[in-house]
Amino acid sequence: MEKIPILKMGEFLLVTIQVDMHDRLAMALQDDLTRMISQTEARGVLIDISSLEIVDSFIGRMLSNIAGMSRILDAETVVVGMQPAVAITLVELGLSLPGVRTALNVDAGMDLLRQSVDGASEAYGHRLH
Amino acid sequence: MAIVSTETVPVRTEPDVVAVRRRVREVAAQLGLSLVDQTKIITAASELARNTIIYGGGGSMLVETLNGPRTGLRLTFEDKGPGIPDIELALRDGFTTGSGLGLGLGGSKRLVNQFEIFSRPGEGTRITITRWK
Repeated sequence: MEKIPILKMGEFLLVTIQVDMHDRLAMALQDDLTRMISQTEARGVLIDISSLEIVDSFIGRMLSNIAGMSRILDAETVVVGMQPAVAITLVELGLSLPGVRTALNVDAGMDLLRQSVDGASEAYGHRLH
Repeated sequence: MAIVSTETVPVRTEPDVVAVRRRVREVAAQLGLSLVDQTKIITAASELARNTIIYGGGGSMLVETLNGPRTGLRLTFEDKGPGIPDIELALRDGFTTGSGLGLGLGGSKRLVNQFEIFSRPGEGTRITITRWK
């Protein structure tokens, strides 16, 4: 079965969705990502959906699930690159992706991830002293 | 109103949902629908195709391009499944008998200009959506 590649970069995992996913592929990505987070102890996940021409309720739910599961595994998720037409359609469909952090592009998303990971370790350090 | 072209696409298995999206995109682009309107009708088609498979046990999508006085794209999803006993309830956001979010029917209605649903318990469901240019 085809798979969506997950790249490890430092303490982050990067996923670029470049194909029109059928539902089973989306479910497989969800499973693979949670497994990878726990194996690599990743602190953040960046999902680039700039190639996605639509996000329907199934894919939207998958993105929310990934964000929720990774948070439980102590990793932050940022979804980047959503096309404006996709954003308009998603909101009219009734999905506002609760709990999913977004950024306009990969650079902004990486900044957001670094900030939240740094912020988290600072707060932790504070508690220790 | 004149029907310019018609075509039937099978909606039976999960990969058919991807084929439905691809075909609707092609036709919508050929008709000259704006990118936002294309995205809306493709998304609505994706929701309805998935419903056709999950709840209707599979069926088909009829694709019609319309012309005069207005140009538009009309899609009809039909199945011979168990039907929808309470359409008003099924259209409500958050209502689902499956494991989804319950946004498919109500959400697709919001994404198109015209939405018609005909369903009879035990006979099946037919949903027609139209997006005008």
